[in-house]
Amino acid sequence: MSSNTRHIAFHRDEMLPPQPPPPATTGVLGWMRRNLFSDWFNTLLTFIGLYIIWLIVSWLVKFALLDAVFTGEDRNACLPRDGVEVGACWAYVQARFNQFMDGFYPSAQEWRYLLVYAVGIALLVPLLIPKAPGKTINALLLFVAYPVLAYVLLYGAPSLGLPIVETTQWGGLLLTLVIASVGIVISLPLGIVFALGRRSQLPVLRFLSIAFIEFWRGVPLITVLFMSSVMLPLFLPEDVTLDKVVRPLVGVALFAAAYMAEVVRGGLQAIPKGQYEAAQALGLTYWKMMGLIILPQALKLVIPGIVNTFIGLFKDTSLVSIIGLFDLLGIVQASLADPKWSTPTTASTAYLFLALVYFFFCYGMSRYSIFMERYLHTGHKR
Amino acid sequence: MNTATKATTAETANANTPSQATDELAVQMIDVNKWYGEFHVLRDINLEVMRQERIVICGPSGSGKSTLIRCINRLEEHQRGRIIVDGVELTEDIKKIEEIRRDVGMVFQHFNLFPHLTVLENCTLAPIWVRRMPRREAEEIAMHFLEKVRIPEQAHKYPGQLSGGQQQRVAIARALCMKPRIMLFDEPTSALDPEMIKEVLEVMVELAESGMTMLVVTHEMGFARQVADRVIFMDQGQIVEMNTPEEFFSNPQSERTKLFLSQILH
Repeated sequence: MSSNTRHIAFHRDEMLPPQPPPPATTGVLGWMRRNLFSDWFNTLLTFIGLYIIWLIVSWLVKFALLDAVFTGEDRNACLPRDGVEVGACWAYVQARFNQFMDGFYPSAQEWRYLLVYAVGIALLVPLLIPKAPGKTINALLLFVAYPVLAYVLLYGAPSLGLPIVETTQWGGLLLTLVIASVGIVISLPLGIVFALGRRSQLPVLRFLSIAFIEFWRGVPLITVLFMSSVMLPLFLPEDVTLDKVVRPLVGVALFAAAYMAEVVRGGLQAIPKGQYEAAQALGLTYWKMMGLIILPQALKLVIPGIVNTFIGLFKDTSLVSIIGLFDLLGIVQASLADPKWSTPTTASTAYLFLALVYFFFCYGMSRYSIFMERYLHTGHKR
Repeated sequence: MNTATKATTAETANANTPSQATDELAVQMIDVNKWYGEFHVLRDINLEVMRQERIVICGPSGSGKSTLIRCINRLEEHQRGRIIVDGVELTEDIKKIEEIRRDVGMVFQHFNLFPHLTVLENCTLAPIWVRRMPRREAEEIAMHFLEKVRIPEQAHKYPGQLSGGQQQRVAIARALCMKPRIMLFDEPTSALDPEMIKEVLEVMVELAESGMTMLVVTHEMGFARQVADRVIFMDQGQIVEMNTPEEFFSNPQSERTKLFLSQILH
């Protein structure tokens, strides 16, 4: 009792200054001690994990670099030597590289799609850098002028001296990028429209939106592709022919739009009611409220979901190979049948190459989405 | 208030439609009824608010006081009766609703600032997009009101970086930037830490002294005593008692009001 009474009254005149944390808890060593070696079990797991990583990396380095064949004219370069299999047959990828990139696009016209790539990158990169100026003009150029230019260049215009290259000759990475980028550019705005429609007060609009979303989400993409390539021509008048590439393109875009709509709807639902009320109380009309207040916040919230859908769409483009289009996957698989390069490691090399190309694009999108999330973070709490 | 604030009041009063005669009606509610499903939340509300009048509405939670002021700018729809704001009757007509909302400012319990915009952008958004004001002019007006609420130095921060009291003052400035003729306050200090209530109330007192028409839902009885022309007590969706603050606090008539006052004034 007496010890308690001594400490009842207390007061402080000077506030304590903040001090740095103890050194053992910070820095690389502190982090490792806390996360990797905190007790014997964690230490054991750390070493098992390191061993598994070592197994994978060492095999990959051996296959893709140390034992790999980088040059050669045909299969003889990549055949087993003295009964020992060689690693990756990069010589084969090198020999076929042009075809993997553009399918059957005439060699003399290659500059046309390379120019399309160059202009595309020149317009896309500044748009993706938040601080770059002239966003409005940049976006107009990319989304209005560029598609026209790309179409003229890729397909051709005899009046401009560009011979026609039929879409059946398009292939490889070129076709994959065309389908993916058109799909991405169409699916986001369309998805936003259907997400808004699904939350609309107007029953007809809401019903149509739900019907669209549920229909496209309810059927497998393969069905959509088969329907578009086999069934659709049966329903159209005989003199109407839809391009062989346009048909699956529309299918992929609408399919992704349905998923996008649900992603965006998730974001819309996460916006507190107070934001709508504050916008309405200021006299904003529905479209201004959505465009200035609700969508910027909702889309920011669902950047991971949007990019997830983009990445899914990018990889789903490989399904067009089953309806006779030679996209990147289709053309690589087709080349495997060529006896000129038939070796035990050709297929593994081909799929490793495919994985690297797809990974390059998907991981790039993923990193950019993380960057944007951080950039748009305004330190608010809900 | 002090003399410094007195000096600023005349200026705001002038900005606020000096041509309007003070005996004109700002808000008129006639036999207003509203239901949430089966729940009868507003029952036969009759209320006339004069221009430049300051009204404080209090009452227990669920008494319909927030619903009442939210009906005035149509954040809630009434199902029976008539509401006339600034001479315009509230109907289904979205054009008329938007017209009224432009001239009626609202401050919410949870501030509802736009977190993706800076303080300045919060204040200029509606003048630019609703009033079609040039950006430069909107920013000048915004800075003027941010100075009025004493946070011009925060103009380029995001709402998430401000304290609750600062956020609520920004919310008041944002509403004022639209040059409203009527201001609605829905429990503006209820979500604030005790240390921050005073700074918001001071701004509201100045606004009241500038001649703004105000309807304030609050339990800050000190504020009611200081600035209200009338205090309204609501319970179960009805106006139970309405009087000048002096009479309301010193001589409440209904038993329900007496009970309520005895519970909140300790």
